[in-house]
Amino acid sequence: MMKKLWPHARPYRLWILIGIACSAAEAVFELLIPLVMSDIVDIGIQNGDQSYILREGGRMVVLALVSLFFGVSAAICSSVAGQGFGANLRRAEYDHIQTFAFSNIEGFSTASLVTRLTSDVNAMQMTLMMGMRLLVRAPVMLISALVLSVRISYRLSNVFLVALPLLVVVVSVILVRVGPMFRSLQEKTDALNLVVQENLTGIRVVKSFVREDYELEKFAKRNNDLKNTSQQAFGAVVINMPIMMLIVYGTIIAVMWFGGHMVFSGTLPAGKLMTYFTYITQIMISLMMVSMVFMMLTRSVACARRIVEVLAEIPAITDSRAAADEEGRPVTVSDGRIDFDHVSFKYSPESPEWILQDVNLHIRSGQTVGVLGGTGSGKTTLVSLIPRLYEAERGTVSVGGRPVDAYTMEHLRDAVSVVLQKNTLFSGTIRENLLWGNPNATEDQLWAACRAACADEFLERMPDGLDTDLGQGGVNVSGGQKQRLCIARAILKQPKVLILDDSTSAVDTATDAKIRAAFVRELKDTTKFIIAQRVASVCEADVILVMDGGSIVAQGKHDELMQTCAIYREVYQSQQEGASIDA
Amino acid sequence: MPKHPGPGGPPRGGFAKPKNLRRTLGKLMKYLGRYKLALCLVAVLLVVSSACTVGGSYLIKPLINDYILPGDFPGLARMLSIMAAVYIAGAACSFGYARIMVHISQNTMAKIRADLFDKMQSLPLKFFDVHTHGELMSRYTNDIETVSEALNNSFGSLISCSLNFVGTILMMLVLSPPLTLITFAVLAVMLLVVKQIGGRSRRFFAQQQKALGEVNGYIEEMIEGQKVIKVFNHESAAKEGFYVRNEAYRQAGTRAQIFAGVMMPAMGNLSYVNYAITCCAGAMFAIHGGGSFQLGDLGAFLQYTRQVSQPITQISQQVNTILSAVAGAERIFEIMETEPEQDTGKVELVHVSEARDGTITEAGYDTGAWAWKKPDGALIPLRGDVRFDHVVFGYNPEHVILKDVSLFAKPGQKIAFVGSTGAGKTTITSLINRFYEIQSGAITYDGIDVQEISKDSLRRSLGVVLQDTHLFTGTVADNIRYGRLDATDEEVEAAARLAGADAFIRHLPQGYQTVLSGDGGSLSQGERQLLNIARAACANPPVLILDEATSSIDTRTEKLIERGMDRLMAGRTVFVIAHRLSTVRNAKAILVLEQGEIIERGDHEDLLGQKGRYYQLYTGQAELA
Repeated sequence: MMKKLWPHARPYRLWILIGIACSAAEAVFELLIPLVMSDIVDIGIQNGDQSYILREGGRMVVLALVSLFFGVSAAICSSVAGQGFGANLRRAEYDHIQTFAFSNIEGFSTASLVTRLTSDVNAMQMTLMMGMRLLVRAPVMLISALVLSVRISYRLSNVFLVALPLLVVVVSVILVRVGPMFRSLQEKTDALNLVVQENLTGIRVVKSFVREDYELEKFAKRNNDLKNTSQQAFGAVVINMPIMMLIVYGTIIAVMWFGGHMVFSGTLPAGKLMTYFTYITQIMISLMMVSMVFMMLTRSVACARRIVEVLAEIPAITDSRAAADEEGRPVTVSDGRIDFDHVSFKYSPESPEWILQDVNLHIRSGQTVGVLGGTGSGKTTLVSLIPRLYEAERGTVSVGGRPVDAYTMEHLRDAVSVVLQKNTLFSGTIRENLLWGNPNATEDQLWAACRAACADEFLERMPDGLDTDLGQGGVNVSGGQKQRLCIARAILKQPKVLILDDSTSAVDTATDAKIRAAFVRELKDTTKFIIAQRVASVCEADVILVMDGGSIVAQGKHDELMQTCAIYREVYQSQQEGASIDA
Repeated sequence: MPKHPGPGGPPRGGFAKPKNLRRTLGKLMKYLGRYKLALCLVAVLLVVSSACTVGGSYLIKPLINDYILPGDFPGLARMLSIMAAVYIAGAACSFGYARIMVHISQNTMAKIRADLFDKMQSLPLKFFDVHTHGELMSRYTNDIETVSEALNNSFGSLISCSLNFVGTILMMLVLSPPLTLITFAVLAVMLLVVKQIGGRSRRFFAQQQKALGEVNGYIEEMIEGQKVIKVFNHESAAKEGFYVRNEAYRQAGTRAQIFAGVMMPAMGNLSYVNYAITCCAGAMFAIHGGGSFQLGDLGAFLQYTRQVSQPITQISQQVNTILSAVAGAERIFEIMETEPEQDTGKVELVHVSEARDGTITEAGYDTGAWAWKKPDGALIPLRGDVRFDHVVFGYNPEHVILKDVSLFAKPGQKIAFVGSTGAGKTTITSLINRFYEIQSGAITYDGIDVQEISKDSLRRSLGVVLQDTHLFTGTVADNIRYGRLDATDEEVEAAARLAGADAFIRHLPQGYQTVLSGDGGSLSQGERQLLNIARAACANPPVLILDEATSSIDTRTEKLIERGMDRLMAGRTVFVIAHRLSTVRNAKAILVLEQGEIIERGDHEDLLGQKGRYYQLYTGQAELA
């Protein structure tokens, strides 16, 4: 895990090193102060030497200031390193996600990717920041305090031989016991949140079915579980503190007893005994910090694991097989020919069910292809293979006479434009969104695309035209308008192949027909795939594919299919009866 | 109105200052009120443990002055046993109060969570329209978390810190008033530093939170649209936008963290400066004091000098936690104080059995027949006669959605609503089951004003299939059974068959026992709709509302389930909203809505004959969505 994370902290290794050194120095200087104090007591007071006292006092102040300097430096270094590491990690993760194929994205789910990019990374940067300071400070404090104590009195330090192992054992027993409790606490919290989440999204269902009491009961059970687990976990934690206190106080008493004897017999100056107490307090504080750091680490290990999962995910589709032309440049798509050669597909190699089975298809450049079929018949999957959003499990998909993997993804997808079923517009103006299709598009080109997609009529009615702000997720336009903008965006790419996946479902039939007519007129050389639910949308196509259960069961023109294909006829008739006007 | 929970939302948790500290604390206290006795015990334990900590250190003085220096070892042993007793008592007390606080705080949090959820169930839909899910979710996650954190640690340590502080100052005054003055001077400097650093740090923190919000918002939007990014080769542009925000957050975060991080060493080392000055001055007193200020006094005093700054550091660290906890509590209480759904209806829905002479009597079991029971005991058979009488409604009063709508559905009729998005179709159905309150006019149900019917009864009588499908984590059978909790397995399967869902359910890995999670994410939208229909079928209600119930089911499958749907609708009053006019064609009455008004009504043939809006829609000359 460290191997995956370290490279992102590496650019800040100097900061980390300096920060650690400063933290250590701060701790050491802090510990020297009580030592000076003992000199004041034992030499200054004993001899009544005022100038010595003042000089040593000055030294203490200087030591405190030096320690302050190191402390502040450590704070700066750890903040720079922590935030920098977080930024790098977030960036690496984000960059890596950009290389993900659709299957990778689906494997994680959007919500979980967002968490892994946001709160998980924040937890990691916090860990580095705290770790740099506490994880260094605590052991340095502990060890230095021990060394200094031993130097003050070797004999008296035997007390630690008993106290320290005892402390370590007790604290580790508690930590080991508490670890699983906190994991279970997290699970219970998730379970509770799930109920709340589902109630929020399904509130209408809950209210419609008058299931408030049922949901309350469900919640009460989870709430009770959570309460019991957290009482257990926190109850186990609170014993930590008093036990540590007892051990430390025990040590103080033992030191008083043995030290008292030594002071009386003259083997230990009284000032040193007082210094000794300070160190004991110091040791206790650092041990508390250590146990706190461990608590924090157990939590952040989970976050780190989730981040590493993303970083370690291998993009399912890469440019590794891209071919080059004679001059060594990557090949580009020459025309809109499409060939499927015995193509089969399933979403994961383990899944028993084939989504596409042995599909053969040959489309000439410039043809219009209609795809028709029921829910789950494989229409979307079929067209998704063309821009290589997924990779065929068997067989080859070719565009422009070459297999799709011979092109780089960039070239392939520049040539193959898809309007996805679930499409997104981004916050910003309409113009900004359209420019996705072609960053260099002129005003004329933008309007031409809008006209072809029949988006011009409502754009002209908008006071700001192309500069209308869409708002988050395109909330300021209706479903039908959104679809037309998405089509315009796709046309702007001037693609060799244009794929519309049920992209006019919210557009009325008349406009739909107008858009199709514009395609025929404007995009003569572009191969057009149109997935639709209404026969009217595809009946004029050069080729209509009828899909069922992952296979193309029939293909041909409307008239042919009416003769030969029972399914097509059935669909046609079901829609004629109602003269469906919509999806 | 549909909501669009954006990633931005209001700032979560964070450093928002509470608006009304006293009131909110008062309410928190009310929750703690149940534990009066335990809290008193906690207070006692706190005082004792603080006294022990402070007193234990005080014992250092006599130990050194009176026993170690003179070499009185039996006395030392006696004193040490006293000291041990004091320390043990202190540790026991602090364990005791921490343990009791865990009990109190966890129980209190569980109670607050339960109350909040309870309240949420009673809130009107309007509330959920104006608050995003993310916002409400963060009440449960962030806000309750910070409150619990504060209850667990901060409040206790705030009190014990204050006690320790006061106790330490007192003891210092007893030991040496002049030395205490020095400490006061240094403490004043420390407070100044806290104020300075704290003020700046809060400002930088606000900037950091803002930058963080922007990064997170951008991430959410981009990851949400990741597939579109891929399709448009837009990765590098998406990266650039991210880099800018990521870098801005890094800079703001670094600044904020530096200031927060400086606090600890500043406090710690200032306390050492105090220690050094006190040590010098104390040494002077010891030399010139003529025995009134001895080595033991200095030892004890120095111990106190170290202790006295700790509470200040801790309090300055806890103040932020406590303030954000109070702000969180404030947000929680805000929800708890929201007006719940009005429900003054007294008319209840009951099962009845019909005698041969036509008289009906209330039955305590499912007879398949229903009646309304008035408060005076009179029974009115449920027939499904729904009428709107000059209904005016808007989600907010200034913006009227439905203008003077009147309509009636006779028992057993199928009423269809047609019109473009925003015309008010869904609104009408939401008014029948009283999700919202109308502004004027009246809605009656079998002659009873719906406001007189208890909400539970009203909604139980209506089966609703919504366009947005919602499935709960649990098995397929559980989800269908949501319609009627006591339905047997056979009834569940019968409902699924009726909805045409049986076939695909049997193909699932565990059939009806397949566990769905994430809102049934593994199912297609069409399949989810079939389950939704099955759920309504299972409930077997006298009146049905189908809001785009089959919009994602392809026409062929729809054809296949048509017979089931017909059987489901037979003999019931049904309200249908549909995109596909084929679905509404056989409705008894079709109402065409436009901008909140019914502009045409009649059956299919009538409306086509009118050559109006319906005709345009039907022939594809107008746009629906």
